[in-house]
Amino acid sequence: MSGFGVTGAQAQSGELVLYCSVAEEWCRVMSEAFERETGIEVLMTRKSSGETYAQIKAEEGQPRGDVWWGGTGDPHLQAAQEGLTAEYQSPMLAELNDWAVSQAETSGYRTVGIYAGGLGFGYNSDLVTENPPACWADLLNEAYENDVQVANPNSSGTAYTLLATMVQLMGEDEAFAYLAKLHNNISQYTQSGSAPIRAAATGETAIGIVFMHDAVAQAVQGAPIVTVAPCEGTGYEVGSMSIIEGGPNPDNARVWYDWALTPAAQELGASANSFQVPSNANSATPDAAPKLADIKLIDYDFALYGSSEERSRLLARWDAEIGSLPQ
Amino acid sequence: MIVLPWYRQDGLFSGASALFQGFGGNAWLLPGVVLALASAGLSLQPGWRKGTAAMVLVVASMALLVGQGFAVGLNGPNWPGIVAHFPAAAEGQTGLGWGGFIAGLALLGLLSELLAARGFCRGERFASGAVVIIVALLVLFVFFPILKLGSAAFISPDGGFALVEFWGRLSAPELWRLNCFQGTGRCGVVINTVILGTLAALLSTLLGLALAMLVARTNFRLKRTLRAISILPIITPPFVVGVAIIVLFGRTGVLTQLGADIFDVRPTRWVYGLPGILMAQVLAFAPVTFLVLLGTLEAINPTLEEASTTLGARPMKTFRTVTWPLLRPGLAAAFLLAFIESLADFGNPLVLGGGYEVLSTKIFFAVVGARYDLGNAATLAMILLSLTLVAFWLQMRWLGNKSYVTVTGKSDAGLAAPVPQVIKVAAIALIVPWVAFTIGVYLIVVGGGFVTDVGRLDLSPTFSHIVTAFSFEFGENGLRLYGSAWDSMITTLWVSAIAAPLTTVIGILTAWLVARQDFAGKKAFEFGTMLSFAIPGTVVGVSYVAAFNVPPVDITGTMAILVICFMFRNMPVGMRAGMAALSQIDRSMEEASQTMGAGGLATLRNVVLPLIRPAIFTALVYSFVTAMTAVSAVIFLVSARHNMATAYIMGRVENGEYALAIAYSAVLMLVMIVCVVLIQFVVGQRRLGRRKELQGAGPAPAE
Repeated sequence: MSGFGVTGAQAQSGELVLYCSVAEEWCRVMSEAFERETGIEVLMTRKSSGETYAQIKAEEGQPRGDVWWGGTGDPHLQAAQEGLTAEYQSPMLAELNDWAVSQAETSGYRTVGIYAGGLGFGYNSDLVTENPPACWADLLNEAYENDVQVANPNSSGTAYTLLATMVQLMGEDEAFAYLAKLHNNISQYTQSGSAPIRAAATGETAIGIVFMHDAVAQAVQGAPIVTVAPCEGTGYEVGSMSIIEGGPNPDNARVWYDWALTPAAQELGASANSFQVPSNANSATPDAAPKLADIKLIDYDFALYGSSEERSRLLARWDAEIGSLPQ
Repeated sequence: MIVLPWYRQDGLFSGASALFQGFGGNAWLLPGVVLALASAGLSLQPGWRKGTAAMVLVVASMALLVGQGFAVGLNGPNWPGIVAHFPAAAEGQTGLGWGGFIAGLALLGLLSELLAARGFCRGERFASGAVVIIVALLVLFVFFPILKLGSAAFISPDGGFALVEFWGRLSAPELWRLNCFQGTGRCGVVINTVILGTLAALLSTLLGLALAMLVARTNFRLKRTLRAISILPIITPPFVVGVAIIVLFGRTGVLTQLGADIFDVRPTRWVYGLPGILMAQVLAFAPVTFLVLLGTLEAINPTLEEASTTLGARPMKTFRTVTWPLLRPGLAAAFLLAFIESLADFGNPLVLGGGYEVLSTKIFFAVVGARYDLGNAATLAMILLSLTLVAFWLQMRWLGNKSYVTVTGKSDAGLAAPVPQVIKVAAIALIVPWVAFTIGVYLIVVGGGFVTDVGRLDLSPTFSHIVTAFSFEFGENGLRLYGSAWDSMITTLWVSAIAAPLTTVIGILTAWLVARQDFAGKKAFEFGTMLSFAIPGTVVGVSYVAAFNVPPVDITGTMAILVICFMFRNMPVGMRAGMAALSQIDRSMEEASQTMGAGGLATLRNVVLPLIRPAIFTALVYSFVTAMTAVSAVIFLVSARHNMATAYIMGRVENGEYALAIAYSAVLMLVMIVCVVLIQFVVGQRRLGRRKELQGAGPAPAE
């Protein structure tokens, strides 16, 4: 019975339980830098944003995490709406870009924007040599049968952003008709949002639908990946951060929160091959990052598509009409 | 009960005792305090052990302990009507703390004491105590979770019966459809699982048989190499083999590209799905079937085969009519083992599955994914458990009641018949590709962690992955570990190091009870211990989540749950090893010890344990290695604080960071080899001592 003692000192020692939903590498760089700077030990888990949302929801009675850092904004907004995350107005808010502040306002200051990035896709230029795809419509080409990958919107915020983007771009019924056609070309719905571009980089698939900064990251590391901003226009994410309501180390959570909004912390992303646009207006945007100004962005309705009802409804429809189709 | 904290709060040691809590509003704890005081009072009287009053008191206390634990949940009462009597119950209670657990333990001790006084286990107090405690542990950590899981399948989250939903989930076409046989798409998940399990078991049994034949019955030269290679998969962490197969056979894999160039076709994703999973599973299970069949083959009495040859039968006829029928129990056991392992396997389908879904992955996504649905997971887990039990039952049917005994007291000085030439050639033809394949896979496992990107075949050497995983530096605060893998590595080592001895203790103790003690309900006891072996890991994981994330035993997210999980999953192996060793040791030595007046504990410690050290070694090594490499149950039980190496590797693989996963696995394998050698070193020294003991103490056992 000696094992029961292990949970012992869970008190407010120098610890922070971090749920991280960006690329593992970036999570590691951030945790390490924070440990060096504050001496607070970071216990980090990386999971997709949808999975993290599910975990926080499951732990509602006894929260075990402190901060949820990164991942697309929609599940953060849903968590905020359901009261799973705590309200906090950081003194750093004044330094942030408008889109980051508006994310905080939409949620009643339960979440805040930390980076932004446009949705797009990347293709492997060794495999796709003729007529490279430039638009969403091109992905329906029969030549790409079983050669496109995207994540499952139930687990991945990236894939949910695709779903919501298509609904806003085309109208709901047309969007589902498009996704049903696209399904013929999909070889696999992955769990992690960025896994498809990694598969494209190694040539396991030809095209991966991901956020453009994830595609850029592969190209920077030497993979034959070409990043595409779709011609019809596209949606974007406001990567967010929230403090978990009732977490074990609330003070340390705020220390992290303020620190993560500083330019110094935000500029760490580029060193970890993450090329999002940072939310602090004073942070330098990495050179390789796809500039939001160069992309035809739709007017993404974060309040609506981040709401619990709309998200659950769209996901249920996706399960019924797309997820259940034979492959 | 009166002093130690009853509830688990911030720490297990802070918090109020039951007495304090009882007067502080949680009045439902008071009757327990009263009963405890009454027991203490009663035990002051002589002869209390045989009295009925003590028995009644103990049973009542236990009922109360269990009852109060389940009556009030975390956030309020579980049974309506309680609030009327105890207003504070509306606020709920947390899990039990030390006080609660020790009270339970004390009650069990009392119970065993009373039972022994009434003649249970022939009045042997130590054995009685061991039986009572092991039964209690089995009930708590094997049966209770399974029952809880079973009920989760039928009961909706808001507490009502949900038979309609259960039937809907059970009969869903996505589980049972047979489209793949009609060529109109994919089959249901259950069908997929059964197809995969059967094929994997068939192929691994065949391969294991070929290996065993070559090693036991021919003068094949590479016997030692074969034995060495066959050990590798046992210490290989999951996922790596899958990754290596992708590197070899994926669409841009080395061999796929080569094949595509030679035959001038477009490389495809052929390996994703059944072919890939099958390849990985056969590679992993063939060594297990090999070991089983080697044992069977070596135990066949050669005089029978010799008789057949002397009577004029050709080698092939001897093989068909004598050797093969005698192999049947071994074949059945090997097939069953591989089938169960395949059903429980989770890593390979996850990495190589593509769109090919099996039950274990489906259960995982029902619990961990955003579509969290415990009811569905429980239903699927029940199906998986039934499949396993059906396989057990079929094995029993096939073996029937025939006799396979060939090792008798009579001399068996015959020579084993050589394997017929045809079979030898076939076996070699099977083995050579397997060996080449294994070597290829392990070359990637060893080398892949030290090149830039093995997935993209960027083979420039680098140590960056090892640095990412295991960097550290000495700063002003002493040693700081920055590598991302340290946490999981340290937790894994701790859990394995704690679980291995505990597993061994409980396994050997159980073996001793079953082999050497007589008590009521022994058959049921033996069956109960084996059940925890038959339950697939995924099912165990889900059942632990269902059972232990709420009071009274609230231990999810702790290291304890990991240790406990391993203890009860691996204990049957220690038990089997212990029983096999005990069956070779004559009872007379123990009887002598008892005649001289030693109790059960003293006999066990001074006579039995020194004689079965090899079994202890087997149990230790097995439970240690399994704890380091298991994934199917653990994946549900890890947390940010206590992450395990396999769960970490899985995350890296899922994210496509193959090189990091491979580098970590290579380090893990190295650590395992070092640890096993260490254990062997310690036990090996003792074994020398044991030989001396035997020569000196053999004729006159025990003092």
